[in-house]
Amino acid sequence: MLPNIDYNELPRALQRLMSQASTGDGEAAALPRRSFLKMAGASGLALGAFPHLAMAQAGGAAASGLKPTQQPSAFVQIAPSGEVTVTINRLEFGQGVQTGLPMILAEELDADWALVRSRSGTNDAAYADPLFGMHLTGGSNSIKNSFTQYRELGARARAMLLSAAAARWKVDVATLRTQAGTVIGPGGRKLGYGELAEAAMALPVPEKVMLKDAKDFRIIGRATTRLDARAKSSGRQDFGIDVRQPGQLTAVVAHPPVFGARLASVDDSAARAVKGVKAVLRVPLDRGAEGVAVVADGYWPAKLGRDALKLQWDTAAAEKVDSDKQLAQYRELAGRPGSRKFDADMAPLANAPRKLEAEFVFPYLAHAPMEPLNCTVKLSDGRAELWVGTQSADLDGQAAARTLKLDPAQVKVNVQMAGGGFGRRFVGSSDFVVEACEIAKATRAAGLDAPVRLLWSREDDIKGGYYRPMHLHRARIGFDERGKILAWDHVIVGQSITSGTVFAGMMVKDGIDATAVEGMRDPYPVPMRLTVHHPQVNVPVLWWRSVGSTHTAFVMETLIDEIARSTKQDPVAYRMQLFGDKHPRHRAALQLAVDKSGYGKKKLADGRAWGVAVHESFESVVAYVVEASVKDGQPVLHRVTSGVHCNLVVNPRSVEAQVQGAAVMGLSTCLPGSAITLKDGVVQQGNFGDFTVARITQVPEFDIHIVPSADAPKGMGEPGLPPLAPAFANAIAQLTGKPLRQLPFNLA
Amino acid sequence: MSALHVNGRDHTVDADPGTPILWALRDTLGMTGTKFGCGAALCGACTVHLDGQAIRSCVTPISAAEGKKITTIEAATDGSDRVGAAVHAAWVKHDVAQCGYCQSGQIMSATAFLKSLPPGKQPGVDEIDSAMAGNICRCGTYVRIRAAVADAARNLA
Repeated sequence: MLPNIDYNELPRALQRLMSQASTGDGEAAALPRRSFLKMAGASGLALGAFPHLAMAQAGGAAASGLKPTQQPSAFVQIAPSGEVTVTINRLEFGQGVQTGLPMILAEELDADWALVRSRSGTNDAAYADPLFGMHLTGGSNSIKNSFTQYRELGARARAMLLSAAAARWKVDVATLRTQAGTVIGPGGRKLGYGELAEAAMALPVPEKVMLKDAKDFRIIGRATTRLDARAKSSGRQDFGIDVRQPGQLTAVVAHPPVFGARLASVDDSAARAVKGVKAVLRVPLDRGAEGVAVVADGYWPAKLGRDALKLQWDTAAAEKVDSDKQLAQYRELAGRPGSRKFDADMAPLANAPRKLEAEFVFPYLAHAPMEPLNCTVKLSDGRAELWVGTQSADLDGQAAARTLKLDPAQVKVNVQMAGGGFGRRFVGSSDFVVEACEIAKATRAAGLDAPVRLLWSREDDIKGGYYRPMHLHRARIGFDERGKILAWDHVIVGQSITSGTVFAGMMVKDGIDATAVEGMRDPYPVPMRLTVHHPQVNVPVLWWRSVGSTHTAFVMETLIDEIARSTKQDPVAYRMQLFGDKHPRHRAALQLAVDKSGYGKKKLADGRAWGVAVHESFESVVAYVVEASVKDGQPVLHRVTSGVHCNLVVNPRSVEAQVQGAAVMGLSTCLPGSAITLKDGVVQQGNFGDFTVARITQVPEFDIHIVPSADAPKGMGEPGLPPLAPAFANAIAQLTGKPLRQLPFNLA
Repeated sequence: MSALHVNGRDHTVDADPGTPILWALRDTLGMTGTKFGCGAALCGACTVHLDGQAIRSCVTPISAAEGKKITTIEAATDGSDRVGAAVHAAWVKHDVAQCGYCQSGQIMSATAFLKSLPPGKQPGVDEIDSAMAGNICRCGTYVRIRAAVADAARNLA
């Protein structure tokens, strides 16, 4: 997911991004008339359908002055029954936007929440992020960037319904009010939204609308059960993997065993003999590779076919990564001059009364979403339709168009509900989407006219790259007896996530990838010199839930804690003193966690210790106060109390879920076996047996509290992750007297 | 040809007897509520009941289901099964699902677990954890899973 972004640089960077990503004239795909009408007919009427359609066809230059992202037609449908369907402009992959965004729109629409439904969008221009101008689910941006957008959409639709009622009753619109899906007029007469939708649709879309005062909110801020809770508790929720087009075939691909290996020879005779196998095809893969796709009438025969392939790979020219050697190289690199992110006077280091030197190591990590990656492609003459759980329908649609030699407008991407993603579904090269398109193209060329679903196995996923990069951190800190930090010399070594990708223009500045250093230094007023090295390594890397903060928060929060402990100061009081009055949100989040946990007051059970950490990422602050112990030589996390500052909360139930979930994912990174390693170029892990993720038996009790705020909301998909591991490590260090400086934890 | 008895109905499946039940359900019968997560009985996403026992359908061949009854998430939560209905209701009440992909398997494991308990027995946290330890949730919904299983047990008492 995208890291924190300097919005001042956005226009230029996005222009560059989009011009790189597009082959044609750079226009985003417009919703074709046929599919739009079909869509509108499916479950009701789309408000303002015609203005939106006209606009989409005009490529964004609307007479009304509203952009596609501001037109209610693409977002609100009201059926005659009064049922309101809200289209979300994001991928729902667990984070709850499928409920949060409809809540925001329904608030201003004044809808009856019991009648609100939600559905996923497409690569239509309307569903781009209103600030980024491209389709994007990442960087914990969904609620943050679409809060005002969805409020205005709801308010515009409500205004149109009011106008329709005024015309119907021949009264002044000012005499009308709305209440939970109903317009109420003089004398108490009523019309349901469903009765007004058709007439409202024909009215012009108002540009300016009044938004509610926050004190009048009745949906926003209310703990709300997810709209998909029932479907997801009964096997009735369809995901990308469940898409079934008539005649659909399934493809499984043999990928290179070493990144960059060349396919030397293929003996597919046994594979072709497997019952159900329709075709065996050599196909181009991501990063210039080549693989073999087995296309069959189901996953199992395709998988058997792949097992039966006899392939020879030439790895002579490939850089074969070995994690142990890589670490040695990183250590060597850390001693050399590199790019400077921050600078400060390091002279006080020499004579500092107290000194601390530390080295931290973080491994590669796989995202391992529970739904294995998949993409279904249907080709017809001059058109392609895709069904895929993607974090950027735009980027993937354009990549599909390039692969299939189509205009982007000829590619429709139907965003599917996804079984997790954590960043893996947002790849600059659209790796698995392009793979699916290549297979669909080759299948069609082989004379099979059928939609094709590409489905990765778990092993394909764990071994397939695009990991959170491995990192080495080194710190030399000089401080005095009272914990005043005099100089902090810091080095980070790790691959750049965005260099060489379409995101580089936005992210890499003066040789430093913003995703590698986010979370360093701030909010602590520390004289820090930060040197960065971005080695080139033959392992594809990617953002992974909370991105740079997955390692920077651990480094910062364990070192700050260590300085506090070594100068005999309370870790909470020490942090509060460093925040001063400059960081009120950090203070408030930490204080809330402290108060609710009983820290410093409650007597802990024997063998337990407190651990504390607080970290801001994606503009939200999360503090943890944890209780942990060591049992049979293994760290155990018992209890987590959290203070969260994410400004205005849309759905407190969702924030709680995201904090719990992100914390558990953070806990996973502490557990033995939670690392991707390579030997002789081969990834050593392949499934959940050797790549550890947290199970229920390892999960602590949670107590999550939110700091009340009326300020513009921020995102919560990621910020719960970074402070978990350092809080846990700080507790263990209290018990053992030895700081933990690598993930996963190693107490040896 | 293999005969499969799924959710009270007989089906004839034209697939190799070694085909895992998971793929017969999903690709042949079009019952997609049962999910593919790992293909190696490591994550539990594919859990179904075979004669009432929770099994991993991704590694259990259809030949092993001959003469036995398969129950999937679709039937367990359609209201016809008292325990399944209680688990479904608790899952909704506690708003357990995030991405939701693993939840079919979680619910099938929880249902089999609750059915295995003596009538009226209220499981402790450790018992719940140990019964659910084979099911991975990458979103980390475990705290709510724990609460939902305990709640369903109370409602069944």
